[in-house]
Amino acid sequence: MSPLNIKSGSSSHSAYDLRDPNAEVIESHTLAVIVANEAGVLARVIGLFSGRGYNIDSLTVAEVDHTGHLSRITIVTRGTPQVIAQIKALLARMVPVHDVHDLTEEGPSVQRELALFKVAGKGEHRIEALRLAEIFRAHVVDSTLESFVFEMTGTPEKIDSFAELMRPLGLREIARTGVAALSRGL
Amino acid sequence: MTQSMTGARMVVQALKDQGVEVVFGYPGGAVLPIYDEIFQQNDIRHILVRHEQGAIHMAEGYARSTGKVGVALVTSGPGATNAVTGLVDALMDSIPIVVLTGQVPTFAIGTDAFQEADTVGITRPCTKMNWLVKDTAKLSETIHLAFHVARSGRPGPVLIDIPKDVQFADADYVPREKIKPSHYQPKVKGDIEQITRLVEMIETAERPVFYTGGGVINSGPAASQLLRELAEATGFPVTSTLMGLGAYPASGKNWLGMLGMHGLYEANLAMHGCDLMINIGARFDDRITGRIKDFSPNSRKAHIDIDASSINKVVRVDVPILGDVGHVLEDLLRIWKSRGRKVNKAGLATWWKQINEWRAVKCLTYNPSTSIIKPQYALERLEALTKGMDRYITTEVGQHQMWAAQFLGFEGPNRWMTSGGLGTMGYGLPASIGVQIAHPDALVINVAGEASWLMNMQEMGTAMQFRAPVKQFILNNERLGMVRQWQELLHGERYSQSWSESLPDFVKLAEAFGCKGIKVSDPKDLDDAIMEMIRYDGPVIFDCLVEKHENCFPMIPSGKPHNEMLLGDADTKNAIGARGAVLV
Ligand SMILES: Cc1cc2nc3c(=O)[nH]c(=O)nc-3n(C[C@H](O)[C@H](O)[C@H](O)COP(=O)(O)OP(=O)(O)OC[C@H]3O[C@@H](n4cnc5c(N)ncnc54)[C@H](O)[C@@H]3O)c2cc1C
Ligand SMILES: Cc1ncc(C[n+]2csc(CCOP(=O)(O)OP(=O)(O)O)c2C)c(N)n1
Ligand SMILES: [Mg+2]
Repeated sequence: MSPLNIKSGSSSHSAYDLRDPNAEVIESHTLAVIVANEAGVLARVIGLFSGRGYNIDSLTVAEVDHTGHLSRITIVTRGTPQVIAQIKALLARMVPVHDVHDLTEEGPSVQRELALFKVAGKGEHRIEALRLAEIFRAHVVDSTLESFVFEMTGTPEKIDSFAELMRPLGLREIARTGVAALSRGL
Repeated sequence: MTQSMTGARMVVQALKDQGVEVVFGYPGGAVLPIYDEIFQQNDIRHILVRHEQGAIHMAEGYARSTGKVGVALVTSGPGATNAVTGLVDALMDSIPIVVLTGQVPTFAIGTDAFQEADTVGITRPCTKMNWLVKDTAKLSETIHLAFHVARSGRPGPVLIDIPKDVQFADADYVPREKIKPSHYQPKVKGDIEQITRLVEMIETAERPVFYTGGGVINSGPAASQLLRELAEATGFPVTSTLMGLGAYPASGKNWLGMLGMHGLYEANLAMHGCDLMINIGARFDDRITGRIKDFSPNSRKAHIDIDASSINKVVRVDVPILGDVGHVLEDLLRIWKSRGRKVNKAGLATWWKQINEWRAVKCLTYNPSTSIIKPQYALERLEALTKGMDRYITTEVGQHQMWAAQFLGFEGPNRWMTSGGLGTMGYGLPASIGVQIAHPDALVINVAGEASWLMNMQEMGTAMQFRAPVKQFILNNERLGMVRQWQELLHGERYSQSWSESLPDFVKLAEAFGCKGIKVSDPKDLDDAIMEMIRYDGPVIFDCLVEKHENCFPMIPSGKPHNEMLLGDADTKNAIGARGAVLV
């Protein structure tokens, strides 16, 4: 027994306190990060998440202001309220970051994702797939005698449920863009 | 008027424009054009180091002791990778430095060219910001921006990677005052409403404490001055982290000493028992908080910090104040004075009575010896014999570092340079050289452990070449003392690999470098030896053979609350719980 009477494996055995002091509810937040469109910015943003063990559920990025060279990164992330606050503060302090908006916190927002589905099938399955696509307002953007590619935009949930329905009907591949989001109103 | 010049000349011009006087560096193929420019001018002094890690720590020592931005210049590939430890060290301790690295020519990037490394990729998480400059036309602007970023807001290291063809090419130089203002402008003024809330708490608190940190030093000497004024005027006790020592003077009557894992009893119990904690530029580091759940359970907490991500990161606070220490304290003092300078006098009197009882425990007491030099004794003598001198202290990492923090007193900011966040063994010697280069006439002492010191001892060559009379005060316990202590207390006294064997003869080593070596092992000879060290006009390696098995106390084991502190070897023999109960 060590002189300190500390159970081996307990956190006092380490140079760090190994217990999570903030085990709390997990929330999902959509963040819009406006950044200077310069080399390495995306790596920096992603590095923040990987380096500190934060989650990225979805990430999209594109230049939105060509004259100002500004890009908009939309990130869907998860964490306790304290972690979300940390993420926002850590993003905001980055030199190339101009602005951070928490769309989840700042009021209602519109969230949309675009997805492409490749569905292979013949006969009944093919007809059923087309019928469902119509209900979901998915467009056919490519077709052969044995396959369709559907294009659909919607919330991530809508895309998930369409994918679920297509699975037994011959779903082969999905490509998703990740979420793009804007706050509602002005 | 715009002026066209090569990228290499632009580098030197931009450094001059930024008021840089010294660059710490080491040449190589990818920075030869810049070295050529350095050769052809006399305004900027170049200090040739012996290892690139040394260059970064020197730049850190220079920066921390002057408040200016430190600058280092290294080559591509191995030059850049050798700099990485120093970059992380500066990032953790918020030290403003600008590091310039050479890179292979732009057309060779990505081809596994000779001495190519993905420097911006490697250093992205090690810097506050970094840039690969691919176009000479953007170079001067980037350098000016780099200085702005390094020193603004929460200071930190930045890196500029400059391919060799960019150094050779010509473009127009953009002077410092011509660059367009950066959108990066951290907020320095605190929210008046929050500051007023804090003032209200200050007026009524019964058991307040100022918990100050490196942010006060970062903010500049004026912030230290305001802290002193505030402490004297309110009569509140002041403790500080390792990084904030000197912001409030050690001789000040409200001084409680350092807090934290190896902090003073009175400081930690004041933190534990306070009803108002005012964090000024500190970051609730785990060496301070111990077990978060039990950290100062009954206090309201205010936190002044320039970095929003420091606030509510580990400890939730009641009054968050985002801003620069100097600016916030100025507003705080003004508002508090305008409301009639109120404090809770009766509460404070009782609080001080309690604190004085804690002080009476005299937690730094150790068993003296007449035959062996105790490390604490060595530092007490060093303190006594150098007190009042124009003195700067750097340290390595380990027990000696903690004893230095406990036994040396700092009367002003920027006098104490230590690797706190990263805990980099090998920091102290090069840092001491950087400090000495900035303050040629001052007494600069590196309080070292023998193991740490060996990690960058090649820099004695730099000290000799540039006549930096740094004093290497090595507390030689022939042990990786701090590791040994943990093994004794927490790993069943199994001393796995924690001793220093085959040590060099430090006196002969000094002679080999051409400087002075002093060895002392008898407490009776210590004072004379220290005086000899101080008086010697040149670098000294001082080999002070000390007790090998001394432990550093007080100590709060990780994950324990402040009131479960170990005060001495006797404590470690008891179950902590029982003893902790006695202490409260
Ligand atoms: C072996 C070892 C043992 C240690 N034991 C202890 C110990 O017992 N006690 C101890 O205190 N430390 C100890 N340390 C050091 C510890 O690891 C941390 O480095 C230290 O506690 C952090 O100090 P700080 O909180 O002042 O933060 P710093 O790292 O100095 O950070 C400064 C904070 O101030 C903010 N800031 C910066 N500039 C400004 C400004 N202008 N205005 C406002 N805010 C600003 C920053 O955002 C940051 O939050 C030890 C280190 C080692 C290697
Ligand atoms: C580069 C590096 N490697 C390892 C460590 C872990 N470490 C912390 S203190 C220490 C021992 C230091 O020994 P010494 O310099 O002799 O100082 P002492 O504790 O004996 O005073 C070690 C190995 C570290 N802090 N830095
Ligand atoms: Mg040692």
